[in-house]
Order: sequence, then C-alpha cells, then structure tokens
Amino acid sequence: MALATQIVKMICIVLLIAVFNFLLIRAAPGDPALVIAGQSGAVDAQFVDRIRTEYGLDKPLVVQLGTYLGKIAHLDLGYSYRQQRSVLSLILERLPATLMLALSAFVLSLSGGVLLGCLAGVRAGRWSDTVITVISLVVYATPVFWLGLMMVLLFAVHLPWLPAFGYRDVSRELTGWAAALDVARHLVLPAVTLGMLYLAVYTRLMRASIIEVSHQDYVKTARAKGAGPRRVLWRHMVRNALLPVVTMAGLQAGTLIGGSVVIETVFAWPGLGRLTYEAVLARDYQVLQGVFFVLSVVVVLFNWLTDLLYRVVDPRIRAA
Amino acid sequence: MQALIRSYLRHPSGIIGLVILLVIIALAALAPLICPGSPWDSVGQPFMPPDSPGLLLGSDSLGRDIASGIVHGASVSLLIGCVSTLAAVLIGLAIGATAGYLGGRVGDWLMRFTELFQVIPAFLLAILVVAILTPSIRTLTVAIALVSWPQLARITRAEFMALREREFVQAARCQGESGMAIVLRQIMPNALSPIIVTASLSVANAVLMESALSFMGLGDPNLMSWGFMIGEARTMIRVAWWMSAFPGLAILLTVMAINLVGEGLNDVLNPRISRR
Repeated sequence: MALATQIVKMICIVLLIAVFNFLLIRAAPGDPALVIAGQSGAVDAQFVDRIRTEYGLDKPLVVQLGTYLGKIAHLDLGYSYRQQRSVLSLILERLPATLMLALSAFVLSLSGGVLLGCLAGVRAGRWSDTVITVISLVVYATPVFWLGLMMVLLFAVHLPWLPAFGYRDVSRELTGWAAALDVARHLVLPAVTLGMLYLAVYTRLMRASIIEVSHQDYVKTARAKGAGPRRVLWRHMVRNALLPVVTMAGLQAGTLIGGSVVIETVFAWPGLGRLTYEAVLARDYQVLQGVFFVLSVVVVLFNWLTDLLYRVVDPRIRAA
Repeated sequence: MQALIRSYLRHPSGIIGLVILLVIIALAALAPLICPGSPWDSVGQPFMPPDSPGLLLGSDSLGRDIASGIVHGASVSLLIGCVSTLAAVLIGLAIGATAGYLGGRVGDWLMRFTELFQVIPAFLLAILVVAILTPSIRTLTVAIALVSWPQLARITRAEFMALREREFVQAARCQGESGMAIVLRQIMPNALSPIIVTASLSVANAVLMESALSFMGLGDPNLMSWGFMIGEARTMIRVAWWMSAFPGLAILLTVMAINLVGEGLNDVLNPRISRR
C-alpha cells in the first residue's frame, strides 16, 4: 500500500476515535457540561459555564462536533480542574514513564518468550517442555494486577531486594548514573510483572512455531547435509519460527498499554496508567478521554511501524 | 454428541478444568448455604489472619470474612463473564456473518469497522465507558462486550467466507432458499465450532477484565467481587497478605479452568488432521 494511503487510513482512524470520544460524553446521563467538568469542576459554576461556551454545548450537535474536532486538531485536549493544568501538559509529563515501562516489558517478554519457547519446542514432549508449558498456562490465567501485588509481597516485603513502588528513592538526591540506576531498580518489578503475561503467550507461540518448523523440508535438508543441531536451530529454524511470534507481538501493543494501567496503579509508577487511575477516582473525564485518545494514537502509530518492519523483514510481504 | 463427550473425556487437562469449573459454579450457587449472611457484614476483628476461629481465610480491614467474600464473589465474576460474552457473541455473529456471507464492499467496510475496535486499547476503552456511564453491573457488561466482540466477528467472518462456497450452500441457493435461511440453517451450524471455542476463551478474558475494572474501583459498588477485594487489599499488603492472596487465587483458578475447558473443546471440535 502506498504511503499516502496508509497515512490517510491512520488519520481516519484517529478521527473516528475522536468522534467516539465526543459521542461517549453525550451518551452519559445528565448535563454534558457537568460530565466534562468532572466531579471537582462541577462545583465551580464559573468553570462549568466556561466549558459550556468553549464546547458550544447549547448549539446543534454537528456544530459541537466541529468545535471538538477543531480543538483536537490544535492539540487542545481540555483542562483538568482538579489538577489545574491542561490535559495535554499532564499527558506529556507522564508519557515517557509509561513508554519506558511498556518498552522494557515488551523487550523482556519477547526475548524471554523466544528463548523459552525454543527450549520447550526443541525438547517437545520431555520433562522440561511440560514444566514450561504448565507454568505458561498458570501465568496466562493470572490477573496481572494480582501478580504485581504478589511480586511486591515476595521481592519487596519478605525479601527486601527491590523497592516496592515509585519511580525513584525520594529520600536521596541522586544525579547522573546513580539516578539512572535507581530508576532502573524501580523499573525491575513493574516491567517483569507486566512482561510475564506476554512471556507466557510468546513462549507457547514460539514452542508451537518451532515444532511446526522442525517438520519442514529445509530442516531435513540441513540435517542431511550434516549440520549440527545447534546450527540447524539458530540458522534455519529460529528465523522462520520467529515470524508468527513477532506478528503476535505487534498485535499486543494495545493490550500492553492497557496492562500498564493496572501495573502503574499497583506500583505507583508515575505514568499515564497512574494518571488514568487518579482520573477515575476523581471522575476527571477530560483527562480520561485525553489519555484514551493519546494512547490510541500511540497504538495506531506502533501498528503502522510494525507493518513497515514486516515488509523489511519478510520479503514475501513486499511482493504482495 | 455422545462421541464428542467421550472424545472430550479423553483429555486429562480438559477434565481437570471442567471439574474445577463445576466446583466453582457449585460454590457460587450454594453461596447462601455455605456462607450465610452478606459478605459485607463485619463478623470479627479486622486483620485476623487465616485459620482464626470462624474465619477460615481471615478477615479484612473492616472485619469482613474473606471466605464469604470469595464465595459470594464467584457468582458476580461468572455472571458478568458469561453475559458479556453472550452479548459479544451476538454482536460478533451478526457483524461477522453479514461480512462473511455478503462479502464485497459491505464486508470490507464492516471489517474496517471491526479493525477500528481492535486497534483501540481494549482495557482503556472499557475504563472510559464504565467511568462515564457510572459503574454498575450493566455498564460493566456493556463495556466488556464492547471490547470482546471484534475477535468473535473475525472468526465468524472467516468461517462464513470459507463455507459460503461449499456445495451444500450452492445447492440450497439453487433450491431458492433465501439468504437469511441459508445463513441460519446451512452455514451457522457448521461454523459454530471455532466460534464456541473463541467464546469460551472470551469468557476467561471477560472474568479477568471484570476483576481488573473492579480493582480500579470501577466495579458495581453494591457487589462484592474478587477484583474489588484485591483493590481493597492493595494498601494493606504489608499488614494482611491474605486479603489479596486468596481472591487472586480464586481468579487464577477460575480463569485457568475456563482456559483448560476451552482448549479441551478446541481439541474436540477442531480436530487437526495430522497430530504431531
């Protein structure tokens, strides 16, 4: 697909998400102005009136939609009464932390999943395979927020190895490498917890993929040529077995972002997830909608990038 | 039918899952007998550890019986899981069948619509919908159904596209059967297998999502659910580990059981030609 078509498609999706946001507020019971103001803002009559005029809530629906889309185009995502800041500034402040968490979890889960899946697939039917498969099954059924709490219990309360929550140690003023290391230490538990679920998914997928690949003709040929098992594995099997796993990984972006919401709540990680939790408690709908919109756009962009990556990695797709 | 049941019973994992699930359903159904009274009642001192007199699994910050909460919460999770999946199946079937059978432009646009929902981060969408429409068992069900239907629509469409070119469909068309009759009487019964499997796995997802939403404080405030109990336990983790451990184990067992049953059904209903 030409680049222009892809960009148009992305813009359409973003537009539709914005329209959905717009309609959802109107679907809520009660006065939309009060809903938009949020729980804290609804107390201040002046603020509510300001919203009414800004969003043109007394005008016909089509005009309202136009105003709303115009605001989005100018990156005006609203104003949080409770936090007394624009929604955009809140989001930009917290976005890096969430991206850090999501990216670490992604890398950990993908690399771990590929390795474990390889191990299980190569030793299919044997003891180590059964163990890995059963553990994957259990982890896959575990609610991620509960897993986080159990990890805190084990690694922060019982064995004081890692910090239980937060982004950095507030009792010390660290700079440079020490600060980076401190953040890394705080990142371990949340990233590992978030990654565990996907580790289980990728392990099972990689295992199935390796088993599938091992029956292919080129593997038999390689073995017949006298290649050792390790060479057969790494040079021939893994590359081809990797494709469905990477495809799945690309599709998981949306759920990874969703998982970070609960993880950030459990570990008090100062990202968009925690912002969402605070906004839920305060019924601050503008922040909620802003976060939803921004994260949806992030996922759309990420999907587009993965699509580009496939075309590079798999020459068969380029020809299509 | 008998052959299917017999085939299912040959899978040890499927049997384990089914047994666990039946136990949980029994607990949920017999809740008023096993733990009479409301799970919201304070029945003892707060923060009593497990194995205290009268409190098998301990008590929480307000002296409520954890065991009672778990037993009564089972029905909430199972109910929301099943009803939301049923709604998702109905929506997914309708959209998927239409897209698969009609194909062409209608099918294309319906699939783009489905893709849109798959791009949006599901959990965030659920949070947004429940928060704005005020949390209740109804809005939870709607929100979870809203994020679960795309998967079912895709499966349905794939099946319908594959089946509509088959001979028995063409024969029915020759006999003058209307499109709707063909869809309902010819294609649907044959397409059901993968849909049933996907639906059962969706129930597991629905249970997890409901518990996550309740954990965030977006559950029905009148219903004691497992996610809510873990949410309450979050700040007490150092003082009372049992408040979060047991409800979490309950969720884990339930979801695992549903997954095992789903996989058992998959092996039975979608037999692979060559077994490796």
